[in-house]
Amino acid sequence: MDATRGRGVSARAMGLVAGREVRTRVRNKTFIWTTVVIVVGIMVAGFLISTFADDVVPAQMVGVTAETAVLGPPLVAAGTATGVPIETRTVTATTGEELVRDGTLDALITGDATDPVVVVKTGVGSSLRLSFAILAQQLALDEEITALGGNPAEVAQNVATASLDVRALEQAAPVDESLAVTGMLGGVLIFIAIAITGQLVAQGVVEEKTSRVVELLLSTIRPWELMAGKVLGIGAIGLGQLVLIAGTGLGTAAATGVLADIQINITATVLWVLLWFVLGYAMFSLVLAAMSALVSRQEDVGSVVTPVMLVMMIPYFVGITVGIRNPSSPLVTNLSLVPFFSPFLMPIRIATGTVAGWELALTVTLAVGILPVLVWLTGRIYGNAVLRTGARVSLREALRGS
Amino acid sequence: MSPAILEFDSLSKAYGRLQALRSASFSVRAGEIFGFVGSNGAGKTTAMRIALGVLAADAGEVRWAGAPLDLEARRRVGYMPEERGLYPRMKVGGQLVYLGRLHGMSPAEARAAMEAWTLRLGVAGRRDDEVQKLSLGNQQRVQLTAALMHDPSVLILDEPFSGLDPVAVDVMSDVLRERADAGVPVVFSSHQLALVEGLCDRVGIIRNGSMVAVGSIAELRRTEAPRWVVDAPDAPAGWADGLPGVAVVGLDRTRTTLEVSSTAPGAEQAVLAAALRTGRVREFAPVRPSLAELYRDVVSQAEPPLPSAPPATRGRSRWTRRGDAA
Repeated sequence: MDATRGRGVSARAMGLVAGREVRTRVRNKTFIWTTVVIVVGIMVAGFLISTFADDVVPAQMVGVTAETAVLGPPLVAAGTATGVPIETRTVTATTGEELVRDGTLDALITGDATDPVVVVKTGVGSSLRLSFAILAQQLALDEEITALGGNPAEVAQNVATASLDVRALEQAAPVDESLAVTGMLGGVLIFIAIAITGQLVAQGVVEEKTSRVVELLLSTIRPWELMAGKVLGIGAIGLGQLVLIAGTGLGTAAATGVLADIQINITATVLWVLLWFVLGYAMFSLVLAAMSALVSRQEDVGSVVTPVMLVMMIPYFVGITVGIRNPSSPLVTNLSLVPFFSPFLMPIRIATGTVAGWELALTVTLAVGILPVLVWLTGRIYGNAVLRTGARVSLREALRGS
Repeated sequence: MSPAILEFDSLSKAYGRLQALRSASFSVRAGEIFGFVGSNGAGKTTAMRIALGVLAADAGEVRWAGAPLDLEARRRVGYMPEERGLYPRMKVGGQLVYLGRLHGMSPAEARAAMEAWTLRLGVAGRRDDEVQKLSLGNQQRVQLTAALMHDPSVLILDEPFSGLDPVAVDVMSDVLRERADAGVPVVFSSHQLALVEGLCDRVGIIRNGSMVAVGSIAELRRTEAPRWVVDAPDAPAGWADGLPGVAVVGLDRTRTTLEVSSTAPGAEQAVLAAALRTGRVREFAPVRPSLAELYRDVVSQAEPPLPSAPPATRGRSRWTRRGDAA
């Protein structure tokens, strides 16, 4: 059998195995509904954010009488300072009370300007309480200033422009928080996607072992073809799901304008996330496929998957704790260069612009370069272990061969 | 062109310190049904798994038509593993088409073959059901479909009859005979010796990893010391003593079983003559042991006697170890 033909046969075998994985998943109701729920959830979230982002707190309606109309502007200013939009409306005391009672007005200020009375239906709402308190202090202050012979308006002017001289001991990190959050979300998305798809690979390997169908399969194809086909098929599904999710996110953002004010090349960020998913998935799923070939029962899958997941969690937690605050810290920088850790840390460094070109080139090269070694090693473990049912096969036995 | 023979040549395999196969050899001609029998753990499954490449032999190889049975050639083999294996949550039809395609069929070929074979094996109505919803017997039929649908050139079936109902056994027997008549060498293992005796052209008996007997049932019966049974009601005790080359190996009332070790043609005629001298002879016939008897005889030899085992009355071997005649 010449080499070209051998490659063709292998490609066909892997294609068949991968095709079965894809067909099995896309016909799976749980898979379909999970995907639909995620996609719809992203669109709904984007819509809700865009609807409420501009007008998060509804304006409070406060009635003033002709006598207290002068208190309107300071109240609106106090509201602005505390983040509560306030609108005033001049009414007579009687109609004002009617309007408070039927809810049109949240409060009514009656009495006279120096000694006002606030009329409310049942109590001062939490959003107005602070504004009224500031207004009351302001009135008390004005009274004192007037009593001391000063001009309240002049004092207010001076107070408003007063500021302290600030001397920073260190240069602030030039990191926009929204960029770090975007990068971290990329890392989290990659983590979740690899954890889910990796788990599918592990379960798939053990399912074939438990049902013994692997013996029938391996009488027609080589072990590494079966393993590689499975990894490719599930990876294609995972990537497709990720593209769908990222595409929905981008589309929703574009349609609603949610991310319009974020200083980031969102398309490039998404492409990097997809690339790091592919590289990270390839590394972790091969390891998971080999590890899960060591056990024969679904209930033992956890014992081989957990150690791998723990390794994944190291960069994940470094990313969401240190990485988001200080993406250029030595911890993040050094870990991000380690092949199995790069996929979770690089997105945050890329998004915040704290990565050098050579570092990117190096990590991508390392991740791609380690794959052939990983394929050989995991293929060997898988091939030696996958037909041995019963007790758990030790890693050493699987490496040595039978 | 090399003769179409499936050869298991000097296979050896050890699992740690357990020697599962010790230079086991036999061969199966095209068009022949070969029954592979032996106790549990004797090495049948190991030999078949080596043939299918799911296990590597320590020594020896399996050849088909003169060439090693490599991956390419194995796609032309129909295999039924001892441990039945199908995807439990995959539908019968889709699963069979997938397995057919792994054997090199095109999608259309695989679909047509799946439809034809499920019809033939009586599971056509279950094509759209998940395998796990089928009874064990029907799962077995699906498994057999998987072994047959790609029109294999060689059939290797590990315990194909276990768990089948009588109707399915008949269907399976017919299919195996039909495939053999089409020129396919068929090897199957079984503990149902009566079935093997009725179906197989040749039989191989394996014990502790070694082939202890290979040949047709008639050949296995043909021993160097054939046995004869004589029913002579008037004969006194010890009537056959002193006949040269004849040993009495059993006595049941008036029926005497004798072993004739003389190789001279017609040596049994001396026995008949001696019997006739005692008076009436109601029966004089060669003993034709069933496969089950032959098997027990071979397998019980050289095994450590068990405390509860009946006394070893069978004496020395009626067997000689035969090489592979094929």
